[in-house]
Amino acid sequence: MQTIAPTFPRLLLAHAQQQPDAPAVREKDLGIWQSWSWADVAREVREFACGLASLGFKAGDNLAIVGANRPHLYMAVIAAQSLRGVPVPLYQDAVAAEMVFMLEDAAVEFVIAEDQEQVDKLLECRETQPAIRHIVYDDPRGLRHYDQPGLLGFEQLCELGRAWDTAHPGFFDRSVAAGEASDVAVILYTSGTTGRPKGVCQTHASFIAAGRGGVETDRLGPGDNIMSYLPMAWVGDHLFSVAQWLVGGFTLNCPESAETVMNDMREIGPSYYFGPPRTFEGLLTAVSIRMEDAAAPKRWLYAKFMALARRVGADILNGAPVGAIDRLLYALGDLVIYGPLRNVLGMSRIRVAYTAGAAIGPDLFRFYRSIGVNLKQFYGQTETCAYVCLQRDGKVKLQTVGSAAPGIELRIADDGEVLVRGVSVLQGYYKRPDATAEVLDADGYFHTGDAGVLDAEGHLRIIDRAKDVGRMHGGAMFAPNYIENKLKFFPQIKEAVCFGDARDEVCAFVNIDYEAVGNWAERRGLAYGGYVDLAGKPEVLTLVAECIAKVNADLASEDGMGDTQIARFMVLHKELDPDDDELTRTRKVRRGFIAGKYAVLIDALYGGKGEQFIETQVKFEDGRSGVVSATLSIVEAKRYPAMKAAA
Amino acid sequence: MNSRKIGDVILDVQNISLSFGGVKALTDISFDVREHEVRAIIGPNGAGKSSMLNCINGVYQPQQGAITFRGRHFKHMNSRQVAEMGVARTFQNLALFKGMSVLDNIMTGRNLKMKCGLLAQALHWGPAAREEIAQREFVERIIDFLEIQLHRKTPVGRLPYGLQKRVDLGRALAMEPQVLLLDEPMAGMNVEEKQDMSRFILDVNDEFGTTIVLIEHDMGVVMDISDRVVVLDYGRKIGDGSPDEVRANPDVISAYLGTVH
Repeated sequence: MQTIAPTFPRLLLAHAQQQPDAPAVREKDLGIWQSWSWADVAREVREFACGLASLGFKAGDNLAIVGANRPHLYMAVIAAQSLRGVPVPLYQDAVAAEMVFMLEDAAVEFVIAEDQEQVDKLLECRETQPAIRHIVYDDPRGLRHYDQPGLLGFEQLCELGRAWDTAHPGFFDRSVAAGEASDVAVILYTSGTTGRPKGVCQTHASFIAAGRGGVETDRLGPGDNIMSYLPMAWVGDHLFSVAQWLVGGFTLNCPESAETVMNDMREIGPSYYFGPPRTFEGLLTAVSIRMEDAAAPKRWLYAKFMALARRVGADILNGAPVGAIDRLLYALGDLVIYGPLRNVLGMSRIRVAYTAGAAIGPDLFRFYRSIGVNLKQFYGQTETCAYVCLQRDGKVKLQTVGSAAPGIELRIADDGEVLVRGVSVLQGYYKRPDATAEVLDADGYFHTGDAGVLDAEGHLRIIDRAKDVGRMHGGAMFAPNYIENKLKFFPQIKEAVCFGDARDEVCAFVNIDYEAVGNWAERRGLAYGGYVDLAGKPEVLTLVAECIAKVNADLASEDGMGDTQIARFMVLHKELDPDDDELTRTRKVRRGFIAGKYAVLIDALYGGKGEQFIETQVKFEDGRSGVVSATLSIVEAKRYPAMKAAA
Repeated sequence: MNSRKIGDVILDVQNISLSFGGVKALTDISFDVREHEVRAIIGPNGAGKSSMLNCINGVYQPQQGAITFRGRHFKHMNSRQVAEMGVARTFQNLALFKGMSVLDNIMTGRNLKMKCGLLAQALHWGPAAREEIAQREFVERIIDFLEIQLHRKTPVGRLPYGLQKRVDLGRALAMEPQVLLLDEPMAGMNVEEKQDMSRFILDVNDEFGTTIVLIEHDMGVVMDISDRVVVLDYGRKIGDGSPDEVRANPDVISAYLGTVH
């Protein structure tokens, strides 16, 4: 059932009329899945919106939304839009100092916060940003004794809303009816690998078009279930959990807590799933660890059938011709390995799974497709509602992100940059016409900043960030992300940063995966006292060196990549962390910042030293800071002769 | 921000003496606990802290002295009676059912609240089933409160120590206690686990108004979260008062740091 309406609030009301009793949102609370029907959602949105209106929220005002994926926070999105206001979701794990910037930029007076933790942060923000007048909280726990002005609970606000609704009959309906497709529907702040965050203004028309394109491509609708567990401030979540939800009319499922997502997913068995590559990586790491702990016969069976899956699994999913014996064996494998594995991953009922946000390692991608999970890629960014390219069923190529989505035009600029024009392109950056002019050209093309190529069938292949792609002294093209993704496919490696632009050789920083390597060490009886100690163990360095040797062998066999093999590496003494500004909130590497912060280590890597002492400031989650110091060893990696292009 | 009100004396311990044969564990100890406060008992190893707790909760019967709880006078306490009066405790060395899930362990804390008989419970018959559902809801609130949803179905023995301590606290909370006795809730924990546990103890005190009596070794923690502190040494009381008073008490300093002779 598809619903046509020009704005999100009107889409909601249409669902409430057409399928009032169908489940719209579920949330696990006190161990039980609680449901809201479309009629319930419409009623609560109405109460919430009227409550906001009674406090003076009006058209054009911004409502900041801070918290994890909770039904009430999604309702707040639509409530703000119902009043022709604009929801501004913010990353809930941002510290107060980061949040202040966006609250000030968007001149926020009204905030809805999830719980005490967020309220504390907002009260801290209010000290420098007194414009914040009202803070509404969803979970009252621990807030009983707070008596700050302007602080009230979700229920209290709804009560105010009911009174307002009675006193102003027809107000809500008039307000919703007045909304137009060209109104700004949401402001999403870009995490920004460089510089300050910018608010991206997207209209109802753009996001609805983007949502509709996805829903039609994959035939989504009532009966489909999706897990909503990614930050609401991320464009991907907004596309899937708001735009597609309201266009398609399927069911959102909010987990009990961030930790329980895996369990909750197994219980719900979503049919539609979306995760950034790192989530899929994390799941695979968890499986790999458990398989290594399994008994020998199970390990043998797993290895045998996974080898078969790698050979034919992806072809079977693509509908390509596969021999009868292989098909039979695959069916057997499905019974004993792939089926149970999908079940453990909570993916038994998955019809469509998507990944985006960063390039996914081809091996990782192949793994999921080979066990029968229809994992596909799409491509887009905040400025394009995350809607530029989609992989269509049956036309999935491992190396590409698919072809242009309905309503989108693609062009590759002379310097290799991907340019996009069409329905989902941003209206502009909030209060930043200068920045808007930089990315939108006179022909209406948005400059993505990604370097890519279009193949003969019009499929887009992204190579790297245009600004990250460099040249080595020898003239070879250096694409750091490409190499890092190969490294990150190993469960033992959590994060990697490669350097090589304008240098003779490539060198790398590596972060070990504490869980995977810790488990590995325990099984070998290797004693360690925490992350720093483990990362510095000679055995661990050897383990990482083996991974790097495999990547080098891989690079050597690829055309034009042989010269970018990793010469030396260092295992960092601390995890790269968004709290220390080393990663963005979406966990992309901030290359320039890291190069500056760890300049002494880079000099050591290229200076022929054997080890280097470093002392680093770290911020803990509660805002305190401390110092971590270590002496890091520099390890030479094994390199292979590069295959010549002519061979 | 903390606006909880400390009330009248709820528990009054008068002149308690306890000995095991010739060994004097406690000598003439008196102190009181006021409603809604966090009261700490500290002291070096073997000072008699756990013995004191065991007297309050009826495990040991002191030879001399008396305990007044909510105006009722007791020569010695009886552990079932104590539980029924709303006093719950956790244990220094954990006394959980290792093979049972987190959920079932906390459920056992609701035992006193269940009215149905053994047979009805075993058959999960009508009223017994309804009763269990009602009790389960309460237990789920505790699980939510202590943020252990992920481990709901995990056997307790498989959990790390810090989490087992949290389950132990959960089971005590399941009794809806008015007074909670905590025996070294932070023993053997790392700094982060200690911070979490301190937060939970303060939250319990704040949210439910539960009076808390705790034994703890970590002076930093005690001074941070307690309203008043009793100091024991070799079975005798050597100090009593606010954290600041106790910290300045010369007897306490010498007991902890040793005196120069």
